[in-house]
Amino acid sequence: MSPRPGFVLEVDRSTPATMFWHGEGFRLERLPVGSRVVYPPEPLAALADPEAAIRDALEHPVGDSEPLSALLRPGMRLTIAFDDVSLPLPPMRPPDARQRVIEAVLDAAATAGVDDVVLIAALALHRRMTDDELRHALGSRVFDAFAPHGLLLQHDAEDPSGVVHLGMTDQGEDVEINRRAAESDLLVYVNINLVAMDGGHKSVATGLASYKSIRHHHNVKTMQQSRSFMDRHRSELHTSNWRMGRLIADAGVKVFQIETTLNLDTFPSQFKFLQKREWEWSLKDRAGFQATRAALDRTPPAMARQIFSSIRSPHALTSVQAGEVEAVHDLTLGNVHRQQLVEVSGQADVLTMGLPYICPYNVNSIMNPILVACLGLGYFFNLYRGRPLVREGGVCIISHPTPWAFNPVHHPSYIDFFEQVLAETSDPLEIEAKYEQSFATDPWYVHLYRTSHAYHGVHPFYMWYWCAHALQHLGQVIIVGGDRAAVRRLGFKPASSLADALEMAEDVVGRDPSITHLHAPPLFLADVT
Amino acid sequence: MIAAALAGKRIAITGATGFLGTALVERLLRCVPDCELVLLVRPGRRLSAAERTAREIVRNDCFDRLRGELGDHFSAEIARRVTTIAGDVGTDGLGLDDEGRAVLATCDIVVHSAATVSFDAPLDGAVEVNLLGPSRVARALVDLAATHRPAGAGLPHLVGVSTAYVNSGHHGDAGEELVTESRYLALPDWRSEVDAARRARSDADARSRDPERLAELRKAARHELGAAGTALLAERTERLRDEWVDAQLVVLGRARAQALGWPDAYAYTKSLGEMALADSRGALPVSIVRPSIVESALAEPRPGWIRGFRMAEPVIISYARGLLKQFPGVPEGIVDVIPVDLVTAAIIAVCAHGPDGERPAIYQIASGVRNPFRYGTLVDLCEAWFTERPLYDTKGQPIVVPTWSFPGRGKVQGELRRAAKGLRAVERAVSMLPVRGDLADRVTGLEERRQLAERALGYVELYGSYTETEARFRVDRTIALYESLDEVDRKAFCFDPAVVDWERYVTEVHLPSVVEHARVRTSPGRRVSASREDRARKAILTSEPRCAVFDLEQTLVNSNVVESYAWLATRHISPLRRAKLSIELVAEGPRLLAVDRRDRSDFLRSFYRRYAGAPVERTRQDAWELFSDLILTRSFPDGLRRVREHRALGHRTLLITGALDFVVAPLAPLFDEIVCARLGIRDGAFTGEMVATPPTGEARAILMERWAASFGLAKDATVAYADSTSDLPMLEAAGHPVAVNPEAKLAAVARKRGWLVEQWAPARGGPRHRIAVSTRPLGARTALAALTASVPGARELDGRA
Repeated sequence: MSPRPGFVLEVDRSTPATMFWHGEGFRLERLPVGSRVVYPPEPLAALADPEAAIRDALEHPVGDSEPLSALLRPGMRLTIAFDDVSLPLPPMRPPDARQRVIEAVLDAAATAGVDDVVLIAALALHRRMTDDELRHALGSRVFDAFAPHGLLLQHDAEDPSGVVHLGMTDQGEDVEINRRAAESDLLVYVNINLVAMDGGHKSVATGLASYKSIRHHHNVKTMQQSRSFMDRHRSELHTSNWRMGRLIADAGVKVFQIETTLNLDTFPSQFKFLQKREWEWSLKDRAGFQATRAALDRTPPAMARQIFSSIRSPHALTSVQAGEVEAVHDLTLGNVHRQQLVEVSGQADVLTMGLPYICPYNVNSIMNPILVACLGLGYFFNLYRGRPLVREGGVCIISHPTPWAFNPVHHPSYIDFFEQVLAETSDPLEIEAKYEQSFATDPWYVHLYRTSHAYHGVHPFYMWYWCAHALQHLGQVIIVGGDRAAVRRLGFKPASSLADALEMAEDVVGRDPSITHLHAPPLFLADVT
Repeated sequence: MIAAALAGKRIAITGATGFLGTALVERLLRCVPDCELVLLVRPGRRLSAAERTAREIVRNDCFDRLRGELGDHFSAEIARRVTTIAGDVGTDGLGLDDEGRAVLATCDIVVHSAATVSFDAPLDGAVEVNLLGPSRVARALVDLAATHRPAGAGLPHLVGVSTAYVNSGHHGDAGEELVTESRYLALPDWRSEVDAARRARSDADARSRDPERLAELRKAARHELGAAGTALLAERTERLRDEWVDAQLVVLGRARAQALGWPDAYAYTKSLGEMALADSRGALPVSIVRPSIVESALAEPRPGWIRGFRMAEPVIISYARGLLKQFPGVPEGIVDVIPVDLVTAAIIAVCAHGPDGERPAIYQIASGVRNPFRYGTLVDLCEAWFTERPLYDTKGQPIVVPTWSFPGRGKVQGELRRAAKGLRAVERAVSMLPVRGDLADRVTGLEERRQLAERALGYVELYGSYTETEARFRVDRTIALYESLDEVDRKAFCFDPAVVDWERYVTEVHLPSVVEHARVRTSPGRRVSASREDRARKAILTSEPRCAVFDLEQTLVNSNVVESYAWLATRHISPLRRAKLSIELVAEGPRLLAVDRRDRSDFLRSFYRRYAGAPVERTRQDAWELFSDLILTRSFPDGLRRVREHRALGHRTLLITGALDFVVAPLAPLFDEIVCARLGIRDGAFTGEMVATPPTGEARAILMERWAASFGLAKDATVAYADSTSDLPMLEAAGHPVAVNPEAKLAAVARKRGWLVEQWAPARGGPRHRIAVSTRPLGARTALAALTASVPGARELDGRA
């Protein structure tokens, strides 16, 4: 039986309560009759033999590219760059897709007699990964072979001698990327394409770039013109990255892109109810949900966070494609869409969503208020093709505890952004003009980014710019069950229950609004007509 | 006509900086246009006598009316009519210089109103000023007349200000007669009282130097300041000793006064002062004015004018703030209050009237007989007034005033004493605990409550008798003088107590004035204006050059050297030995803490021995992970931001810490300089011996001063951040001391001195380790090696594990 596609349910009187994610917990909410709930498709079947599929992709590349084995020769400089800890979510059960692909690439390199091989985690301005995280992504065999010899590197966007300026695009954008990657005879990029935004030229042009380069597309104007950034052909973010990617190719950097797609089998068996539709919950699912919720209610937040952090997703590979970047990415997008697209007709007045405990930037960490905003208004709001799920001037209702809490190691500049910048204004343009430079060049943040495990000083700004399109589009944002002070600091309205939030929303969109609930994760892409 | 009688006269006034004196100077200048004034003022520590006149008398709001009337001529008029001479009624000869003597000799009238009015002044001080003051003035005037005045000029008229309470110790009428003539007073020989008081000071001083007493005082100082260093503890001990001696003399004064039938040392010394004056005045014509309890002005210079907090005010405000739940007294009892302008008018009338024959004339100015004001009425009026216009607490909630039930004095005193004692005990017990933050704040709150209880007790003990006085102060001579005045003078210089409408006086004149002076909250809601803390922060974070010095542990980071060691030591060992080492360290905790409290340097020296044999390179590398895993995790983001704010303003920043160089190395970008501990190195391993010992106590203060001086910056430009009393010398030496997360003792000190207190906390949401051990998982090989190794527990860091 083939997996069922996504589904839009219209709530009637017999519909059971809808599950909302709520950080490290869940809420059961009764949506008003007539509301629509958009469910993700069921997971596609996994590749039967991933290793074989990978080998096949490497030897039968797409686009204008020779097979990998033909590109490898003794004495060459080979660099393998890979996506960092922000992908996939939750972290996948070993073996990680990167491990499988990199092991295959290394086998090919060994066969070809390549000695000069370096692995680079494509951090962009993200935090350095810990040894444990690297070991998880690459597997012990690769880690132990490279790390002790200093051949497993993490991209350092602030190392003046570690980046190289390749030129400017015709739009005046600086292209500055990792020197070792740029000066290699072959750069193999190993990606995990969790959502439609990932991959393509963005892998190298952003993942291995410096602030000087990234600032050209990570800014308010670009983000407001990306409708949405999940739709590569209507995303200014991607257009800019594509210009840069072509310049990188023209500059002589030979990139061999390997992209993988995953199915939506997101949660392990004890949490399977999370990816089922409530009216189809079995007795076991119901018991599992009740037991989980009861246990979480009695667990201190820090411990609940630890429990959730230890979830390893059973994500399975659904495709692998390799070769020339653009040809590869076209195939990849097709595969992502095959799994994730859900047709939705028409926009609603109110969009509701429950946010989970994790987003790309708080793996093994806490989701601070800025990340809550970013996950809701950046990622979830933009999970559309065509038009947003909510009409212009509509209301977005988010369920998340939004604690006033930060990880001081991972997010030091976020703390100051929240305490100093958001205390002044929440307008993205004003924030960009007034504060970005000082945070981006602050020597202390640079120091922490380079030597500790901190996101770059400018990163909280990007999180806020990620929300820019939604902030421009929406009439109001309400957070249910959040820390009131933190929610207000974000410039949103706090509500204690969904019912209250809907009442408040009526002040903006009028009586009896139409409501759409985004039932994620598992993540999907709404094709709104 | 009073103005005519005093025209062209020179009037000398002592005590012009006081409440009554200021009012008198103003009244004379405004209402007696043709007289000149000579003010005998004691030079202050910083201000000369003339400067005190300018600042403490002329600038007082008492002169606002005159300033308005004279406009631009005000200063010139003051300069023309007022002469200040430096002098002190507490020393023989009044401490005058030649010029002063010459000026004083030209005066026609001298009003002596200088006194120690505090009811609980140390006995010897009160004796010098109140008892000996009047006779000193008299003798000086007699001497000056002989040497400086032209023959036939006669002697000046001395008008002494005393108090009606000199003969308050009995029931019924107290007439306007010298105390020596009273049938009800047991009068001692004033000269032997003076000798005894002076001896008492040296006796108490001698007793304060007993070894047991000194040990006790040192203990008290240590309890208050903790390990603040020898110099500060010695200074505090000496201050406590002075305070102890003063307290002995206060007790002695009250006991002596009560033994002789006066309510307190004030009335006692004033009485003997009258006796001494009578004995030593010779031929000097003397009048004595005896007011009862002088309170705010009825009309002159404006209704409600008052200077300083006097007797009834603190009691009234404590009542309105709900602190004083009871005050003794009988509702039918009379509180003998007299507005200050009635007293000044009486004094001026006496001056104009001149001496009354040979014997000193006594004028009592009191309300009790002519216009009695019942204690019960006062309480009712206060209750109604404050119920209608309540004060507000810090949260902006109105305070409900208690209803007094007029209990006996003994009962109230007993209750308050018990409350203060209980609070003292709790405070002592809690302050022994190593608490910080909110809890430390609550301990300070406890201290405040105890002080309030003690203060309330003080009021009751001091003033209780004034609500119970049964004496009726006759005012016959005063009223006769008043009735002898013509219509104009009666209007301009009214001193008939019958004119006071008590209800109007209390509700429309006195209470509004008291509330205004007390600077209490009279409106609901939280204050919107920038808080004191915000202002202090702004004052620190300016663009002026500054040197900011930071302590590390508990100031910027919630961690310590033991945890850093535990983390580093457990990084390369098996989970089993990790657990063992943590348990050992936890068990050792109390001992380590005790050593640390005794002497920080000793503690560091002995603790760092544990690093002996640790490989230098590996430890340095590990320290970078320690930075992320422990130091940053436990850091206070607000603290780190403050360091960076200083740097952004161009200030210099210095870190002084007992931590080791490799532990704090990752913090280098925050500071211009780091002063820390360093270990010796031999053959690539640490020796465990400190080659650089970080400064502690006073040495930190000196280091800060020298460091600031090297940039040409003075004390004003230094900012010090620290968390414990061991850093008190540095905080004291800083221009801007900041107590960060202070422990209870430092919190108390900071509150008393008005220092900025910052409560900085680690970020909520960071990873938490209950015990600081490295959580790095072990490779199989390392684990095996660790299991088979048998290296003793205290050598975890060496390369062999």
